[in-house]
Amino acid sequence: MTVVKGEPVPEGADDTGGMTVGGPDGDGYVPSERRLARERHRRARARRATAIAAVSTLVTAALLYLVVVNAPGWPRTKETFFSAHYAREALPKVLEGLWLNLRLLLVCGAAVLVLGMLIAIARTLRGPVFFPLRVLAAAYTDFFRGLPLIINLMIVVLGVPALRLQGVTVDPVLLGGTALTLTYSAYVAEVFRAGIESVHPSQRAAARSLGLTSRQALRHVVLPQAVRRQVPPLLNDLVSLQKDTGLVSIGGAVDAVRAADIIVGRSLNYTPYIVAGLVFVALTIPMTRFTDWVTARMDRQRAQGGSL
Amino acid sequence: MHPAPRTLRRAVAAATVALLATAVGCAPQPEEKASATSSGPAANSCAKGKLATKTSGKLTIATDEPAYEPWFKDDEPANGQGFESAVAYAVAKRLGYDKSAVVWQSVPFNKAFAPGVKSFDFDINQVSISDERKKAVDFSSGYYDVRQAVIALKDSKAAKATSIADLRELKLGAQVGTTSLDYVTNLVKPARQAAVFGKNDQAKSALKNGQVDAVVTDLPTAFYITAAEVTDAKIVGQFENQGSAPEQFGLVLDKGSALTPCVTAAVDALREDGTLAGIEKQWLSDAVDAPVLK
Repeated sequence: MTVVKGEPVPEGADDTGGMTVGGPDGDGYVPSERRLARERHRRARARRATAIAAVSTLVTAALLYLVVVNAPGWPRTKETFFSAHYAREALPKVLEGLWLNLRLLLVCGAAVLVLGMLIAIARTLRGPVFFPLRVLAAAYTDFFRGLPLIINLMIVVLGVPALRLQGVTVDPVLLGGTALTLTYSAYVAEVFRAGIESVHPSQRAAARSLGLTSRQALRHVVLPQAVRRQVPPLLNDLVSLQKDTGLVSIGGAVDAVRAADIIVGRSLNYTPYIVAGLVFVALTIPMTRFTDWVTARMDRQRAQGGSL
Repeated sequence: MHPAPRTLRRAVAAATVALLATAVGCAPQPEEKASATSSGPAANSCAKGKLATKTSGKLTIATDEPAYEPWFKDDEPANGQGFESAVAYAVAKRLGYDKSAVVWQSVPFNKAFAPGVKSFDFDINQVSISDERKKAVDFSSGYYDVRQAVIALKDSKAAKATSIADLRELKLGAQVGTTSLDYVTNLVKPARQAAVFGKNDQAKSALKNGQVDAVVTDLPTAFYITAAEVTDAKIVGQFENQGSAPEQFGLVLDKGSALTPCVTAAVDALREDGTLAGIEKQWLSDAVDAPVLK
């Protein structure tokens, strides 16, 4: 938004700091009495709304707390799910396991993005010569998106080594990572395809009329617009992937959740699960905030007519 | 501000508060019910067939599904065959419940210990008794003395191990939540992190595939696996019991269950009169000779 000097700022843009815009610094703008009164009123309403929201939140929290604490099973639930002793014991082991989840997330995440993009492009290619490629890409997404991940993992982690192929790894982590990549690239390919197809055909037509080749139009006009729209759903898939990396533990690998499992099995105390759960949540939140920031920055650039 | 939305909002707020208040008010009810049943006259007497069971006149026994041999036969706990099925029926008979009064229930291993109201009277699922676990549930006295054993493919390097030190360099596997895993981590202390499987079935296929060199299970399971399931595997050896008290399987009851003393008395009586030994001989007679690894 551009603000022309001396012109009153449009309403709604200055709920809190209206006084400072313009001001008596020589450009002659002095807010009217009526405007000042309106701003005062608005601030008072905002304060009141904040106060009510705070009180309401506190009351709700207190009531929920009382419901839980007064539940007949609370002392046992507290001991079983929120034991400080087991939380301390579990945390280092869970973090050690989390290292495996993180490595899998990074490697599989990168592989998924590349593979997903390739499949999406293959599926959106035009021209009769690409027909077999389109069919293959469609078959791939249909199959792996439909196949339950856990079954995919069982087949790859437990089934592939049974073939006894020379030179093929039996490492459950590598095999599990392969299975994750297969399933998730099918999901992500569909996200990319939706993004590519959401770019209005006129954009492609305009690019072609400027003399760009089909490939250049895709690379410089369609994909940059598509990728922006895909950031939130891609993040969703990334968070899903992060949680699902733990499923490689069916092959015996010890990830954060399995590390918690081990302590739970020995002690029959469920606190380690809570610890593992919180660790995953703690990972997701910064990731979400980061992508929000990236998206907002890209939107600002676009709004200012910045570089594509 | 128009009055209608404000009224609506107030109504919603009032309804929320009322709902939460009702929830607070309602919550303690189950406790009253629970204490009423457990403080009844039959609570601490083990009158035959008149225990304060979940379903009056019936004894509900839980185990995991599938139920494995040699503990159960044909994945059918109610047939009375297999070691644990036989023990369960013997305990039930001792408590005054004949075969028709026993109801079986399928409860996953991990769920059997969750706090909250239990749906069974006791659970029989090869659960080892430990002081740590006793904080979460009640155990009867032990009905079986357990030994842990190592199995490996016959033609593998692991099959030639004769001592615990020989196992140290191998990739070992065990099922999560078992004492087998504790033996691996605390006694063998392998150089490479052990593989931890959700089920013995996955451990078995990893063994067949060469993803692990050897798998640790309890001795009867090891005999069954090598005899019937992975026939090109053999028992490398068994571990000596750690600590002074032998490791034992116990029946799992809800923490503070009124039935615990009665069930314990029944198991003790079955041990004394030789019934348990008889059942063990019938169903686990294989579980003898295996070299001890030191």
